[in-house]
Amino acid sequence: MIAIIDYGVGNLFSLKSSFEKIGEKAIVTGDKDELLKADRVILPGVGAFGDAADKLKESGLFEFVKELSKTGKPIMGICLGMQLLFDKGYEYGEHEGLGLIKGEVRPISDVIPKGLKIPHIGWNALKFKKDSKIFKYLNDGDFVYFVHSFYGANCDDSVSAVSEYGAELTASVESGNVYGCQFHPEKSGDTGLKILKAFCEL
Amino acid sequence: MITKRIIPCLDVRNARVVKGVNFEGLNDVSSPVELAKFYSENLADELVFYDITASCEERNIFTDILCETARNVFIPLTVGGGINTLDDFDRVLKCGADKVSVNSGAIRNPDLIYQAAKRYGDQCVVLSADIKRVDGEFRVFAKGGREDTGMEAISWIKRCVDNGAGEIVVNSIDTDGVKGGFDIEMLKAVCNAVNVPVIASGGAGCVNDFVTLFDQVPGVDAGLAASIFHFGEVAIPDLKKELKSKGINVRM
Repeated sequence: MIAIIDYGVGNLFSLKSSFEKIGEKAIVTGDKDELLKADRVILPGVGAFGDAADKLKESGLFEFVKELSKTGKPIMGICLGMQLLFDKGYEYGEHEGLGLIKGEVRPISDVIPKGLKIPHIGWNALKFKKDSKIFKYLNDGDFVYFVHSFYGANCDDSVSAVSEYGAELTASVESGNVYGCQFHPEKSGDTGLKILKAFCEL
Repeated sequence: MITKRIIPCLDVRNARVVKGVNFEGLNDVSSPVELAKFYSENLADELVFYDITASCEERNIFTDILCETARNVFIPLTVGGGINTLDDFDRVLKCGADKVSVNSGAIRNPDLIYQAAKRYGDQCVVLSADIKRVDGEFRVFAKGGREDTGMEAISWIKRCVDNGAGEIVVNSIDTDGVKGGFDIEMLKAVCNAVNVPVIASGGAGCVNDFVTLFDQVPGVDAGLAASIFHFGEVAIPDLKKELKSKGINVRM
């Protein structure tokens, strides 16, 4: 069973539906026992880094997710959920992240040429940097759907794929049992569903 | 690089897809859920559901249709039509919409965009503008293109972007339903004025109209159309093949 962490951020309907589509039972929960019982855990997120980190703390789940990662259970952060895995985020100030992925979250305007639109929104191709198990059903160059204005920086060791948008932007990361996708697998058509399927087979 | 997007638009009423010519004389086309599934499996990059419901009762039917679609379709979904309050945003987002487009609701209450962007993020708020040439200027129209607001369109769009609109749908009333090509002049004017994604709507009649669009207005991010897709005049995979052969970056 998959548990999608509910900490009052964003709409989890599509994410839950996408697991159902591939025949996996998924629950949306903020309950620690349920999260411990689940085989795999998804950390979702939309909005701003600081707000989301605060909400995770208010839900009593900030430290808990760190502990959960030590059980070896596969955890995947999606979009802002991926960014929260990092040490720090610099969106409207400096904020502490979960520290499960080394590096920090910085504005894409730091690295992309002026004139390109921000956010980076739309379909972009994945360029693999690592042989990742979650991409076992994909080909290099497959397209996924992005919506973001910040990116994972200084995380070279954990980057598993990038996308080119005037610069190479971190598209996905992994370190041990912790995975993160900057893009939305639940909005990336068949390619996205294949990633979720592979995650369910870890 | 990100690809140019091809977006079919589904006008939904009474749980059916309809499409008007110049906004009048609607024809029933198909089931929204089935059509949405078909498009998502055939290389559509995104879908727009437009609610042209008249009553509250019908609105509930629309919301059910939306939920059913979002359960089955895993590409971005934008919902427009009848969005007047934050509660309307909430209603469609809970059903699985990713973006919400506002038109008349923003004209009546310009603060709506600011409030929605603050709560859901800029990326969630799409301004849809119905624009027509009047007395030598681009004019914003309300109520499905029936009412001249008297507002100049480019300054209206800029104001909405400043308030947090994260994407603009430019619907040219002058070219809509005519199938003579997109409104290149109008789209250039909008792309020169803002730095958020611009979606071209109104006028697509054949594959070549999309080639001309992306070729002549490089700032445009997406092309939206309805009837030519619904009636099978243009198949999206063929359209994308042609765009790719012309050096335009699309998702295959």
